[in-house]
Amino acid sequence: MNDMTPIQTTLKDWETDQEVRWCPGCGDYAILKAVQRTLPQLGADPANTVFVSGIGCSSRFPYYVESYGFHTIHGRAPAFATGIKLANPALDVWLVTGDGDGLSIGGNHLMHVLRRNVNLQILLFNNEIYGLTKGQYSPTSRIGTTTPSTPQGSVDRPANPCAFALGAGARFVARGFDVSKNLPEVLKAAYAHQGAAFIEIFQNCVVYNKDVFNDFAQPKGADDRQLWLEDGQPMLFAGGTKGIALDRDLLELKVVDVAGGDWEAAGVIVHNARNRSIAHMLVEAPFGPFPMALGVIYDDPRPTFEGAVTEQNAQASAGREPNLAKLLAKGQTWTVTGTAADPV
Amino acid sequence: MATQTADRPADSPRPGAAAAPEAVVVRFAGDSGDGMQLTGGQFTLSTALAGNDLATFPDFPAEIRAPQGTLFGVSAFQINFGSTEIETAGDAPDVLVAMNPAALKTNVGALKPGGLIIADTGEFTKRNLEKAKYETNPLEDGSLAKWDLLAFDISALTIEAVKPFGLGNKDALRSKNMWTLGLALWMFDRDRQPLIDWLNAKFKGKPEIAAANVAALNAGHAYGETAELSGPLKRLTIAPIESEPGLYRTITGAEGVSLGLVAGAQLAGLPMFFGGYPITPASAILHHLVRLKEFGITTFQAEDEIAAICAAIGASYAGQLGVTSSSGPGIALKTEAMGLAIMTELPLVIVNSQRGGPSTGLPTKTEQSDLYQAVYGRNGDAPLPVIAARSPSDTFEVAIEACRIATQYMTPVILLTDGYIANAAEPWLVPDPAAYAPFPVAFLEEKNDGDTLLPFKRDENGKRPWIKPGTPGLMHRIGGIEKAIDTGHIDYSPATHQAQTDARKAKIDGIQIPDQEVTLGDTTGRLAVVGWGSTFGPIHQAVRRARKRGLAVSHIHVRHVWPLPKNLGELLGGFDRVLVPEMNTGQFKTVLRDQLYVNAESLTKTSGQPFAIAELDAAIAKFFDGIPGNEGGEVDADSTQLPTPESGHDDGSLKAVQP
Repeated sequence: MNDMTPIQTTLKDWETDQEVRWCPGCGDYAILKAVQRTLPQLGADPANTVFVSGIGCSSRFPYYVESYGFHTIHGRAPAFATGIKLANPALDVWLVTGDGDGLSIGGNHLMHVLRRNVNLQILLFNNEIYGLTKGQYSPTSRIGTTTPSTPQGSVDRPANPCAFALGAGARFVARGFDVSKNLPEVLKAAYAHQGAAFIEIFQNCVVYNKDVFNDFAQPKGADDRQLWLEDGQPMLFAGGTKGIALDRDLLELKVVDVAGGDWEAAGVIVHNARNRSIAHMLVEAPFGPFPMALGVIYDDPRPTFEGAVTEQNAQASAGREPNLAKLLAKGQTWTVTGTAADPV
Repeated sequence: MATQTADRPADSPRPGAAAAPEAVVVRFAGDSGDGMQLTGGQFTLSTALAGNDLATFPDFPAEIRAPQGTLFGVSAFQINFGSTEIETAGDAPDVLVAMNPAALKTNVGALKPGGLIIADTGEFTKRNLEKAKYETNPLEDGSLAKWDLLAFDISALTIEAVKPFGLGNKDALRSKNMWTLGLALWMFDRDRQPLIDWLNAKFKGKPEIAAANVAALNAGHAYGETAELSGPLKRLTIAPIESEPGLYRTITGAEGVSLGLVAGAQLAGLPMFFGGYPITPASAILHHLVRLKEFGITTFQAEDEIAAICAAIGASYAGQLGVTSSSGPGIALKTEAMGLAIMTELPLVIVNSQRGGPSTGLPTKTEQSDLYQAVYGRNGDAPLPVIAARSPSDTFEVAIEACRIATQYMTPVILLTDGYIANAAEPWLVPDPAAYAPFPVAFLEEKNDGDTLLPFKRDENGKRPWIKPGTPGLMHRIGGIEKAIDTGHIDYSPATHQAQTDARKAKIDGIQIPDQEVTLGDTTGRLAVVGWGSTFGPIHQAVRRARKRGLAVSHIHVRHVWPLPKNLGELLGGFDRVLVPEMNTGQFKTVLRDQLYVNAESLTKTSGQPFAIAELDAAIAKFFDGIPGNEGGEVDADSTQLPTPESGHDDGSLKAVQP
């Protein structure tokens, strides 16, 4: 995000006249609405906002947001976004990608945009499937996923987007899901973060991978299976009857029962979004034995890439006049008068 | 000191022994760690200061530090200079400076009969002779009888010269190239002072190193006097050439491209964004531009070639002049993104410093084999303009032209240079930037159709408006999907795709480019020799020679490869025959046949070496010898020409050599 004078807009101001062309029931609709609902709350300016995407279902997103938008090529959106931010750091850039676009063909660029810490928001829609190409398994598909390209079930181990992001050096990592009422809060936190803010958004592909996240995303029993993290608050779930504690012998997380609300006695950890070690443990904690960690998992800003580049450019240019004639005549030169040459 | 005078008929003069020649070719060859490129570069400068015209050819191995003393670790630098116009690095050298046995072995075959060899006996040890695969010492076994030989212990003389500065032998020997340069400066009657100034500036923080190098330089120079008295060495004074008065400097193609891009961005009134990824021989452009930030240049070393072009397109989208550069393999990776720049109609300059291919090919050698890639090599009907530089100094003009076309037509432009142009140096009459007409860019600031914004509404040149994100009220979306006329909304309908394909083609076809002129010779005749890119020098010299012999030959050198100049077909129609010499298997010949229905014939060379003038002489002669059907053809690899076959490739002997 950038420090701009807040602009008064409404959800309507962020809707384009284009017909939205996702499948009926697609989780993308909910994410689009969440974003369009959040942008006015951020005071964002449509004229100063750019949505950049790659290729895939998620990457159609810019066409539906009334701002500047660039639908680029498969996997490369982070590189385009980097060029945009370096050319004009004042722009608010949102990058929309998917599990195939961002972690398969574009894995390299995603790693580097995070490592460099370009100041933008990355929304990675994870539906664990290639939707636009009609349902092949993706790098986040679970082992055994049966698809047209894996009729006997996939055999390769899936990538973990948040672990990838942390490993790449991300300074903001969060999780949400399409229909979650908390998604706008996560978006706001990402926007407030100066630097590359990575959000994995679980998204329901109703055609090719229907309800694959239901085990934690369905409303019934959600509280037992979702751990919503809040900075400074204990990691509690299941109505405060369970929490996350640190097994100090094994140096790993464990689920503990909390009796009578006395979470301190149970050793429940207070979430500190600047604790990188705990963040690693949270994103690696397997769902099932553990609830799904959601919300802002890690948020510890560092100087941004475009800030450093701009500063270095200014320092290198300070006191140096951009005189082209002088530049051309630089180095060892000589003057020809008639046939004699004299060094200058 | 071993000296020997070439066996030659009594009436045959030594080179230089009689009147000074018009031009001399000198080749410096040594181990890749011997500093031959630096020696050559400084000799080039002193040559330029002496008022001679010149052309150079640096040839270095693909390995940074190939094992010492090996044949494939030889680095060479050839310079042709004289009192007449010089446009090539010359065919065969008159003088060879060989710093070790491997350098002698790989280069001596190129030396003109009766030419002079200067060799460092200090390096002709048993071990180095073995590495160079010599069974006996060539300096002693009489095998060099057809050349003059001046062999002495340059290593020992250098150590002696720098002794007062307290350097160890290893450091002392680093000054060997300066010693050799001193001798060369003596041979050609050159002023040492500019070089001494340069050494003092270069080693400003290390005065003892500067002093040692200056001492070595002076010692080499003094040695010339001694050698002249007792051996084959003769001092030559090459008269200065009549040049257009003005301020000159030497320039390489990489420098020329960089300066031209800076000038082009200024003429367009835009900041420049350069996205690059390290690749030989294109990296030099990034290295130049990164030091010019005060000109509003942002450089970005990306994670790969794809990101480099994508970031440049992103910057163009945001309102800067996006530029990326690479060589063949990297250009291949950038191809998909070029299609997006074509589809979204954003300006972009793509520089391809061509090298031998396919695949990794010959990283440090030259070729012109990416022409098909530039003209035809994208998915879909994806036309873009392609222009080619013909010499190191021409790159400046061509880079400006690329910026002009990119911004005036909202299109990516490919600028072709090659390894030869990128690395070679020539004198350059420094231009006055004010002499170039500016082509300022105007961004769209308000809606362009009443209350409506039409991001793809074309002007009379077929160009769409350039709209920077951040501009109030002009929010819109662009992308790689086919789009409706004017509005740019997604539209795959058949009529739309047909209309937009036609519009994209018409825009490129309609680019205003100057008419083709005849570079040398008449506008009609028996033969037109048509070239593009770095074949300019040898073609020009060969055509000049042929015309002196009275042959009706003209040289036509094409800068605008795509689209071609509108008058080119008519111009070529004035010639009976058309010969296209190229460092590839005939790619431009195919383009000419395809576009102009002209019966162009090929002369091809794919050895990673530039054409020798003699090869073109021979090819031109065949059109006048009355033997039908022998014209054109293929030029064989020449084991004596730079680059040498031994240099610049890993032939497996890396493992055989113990460090």
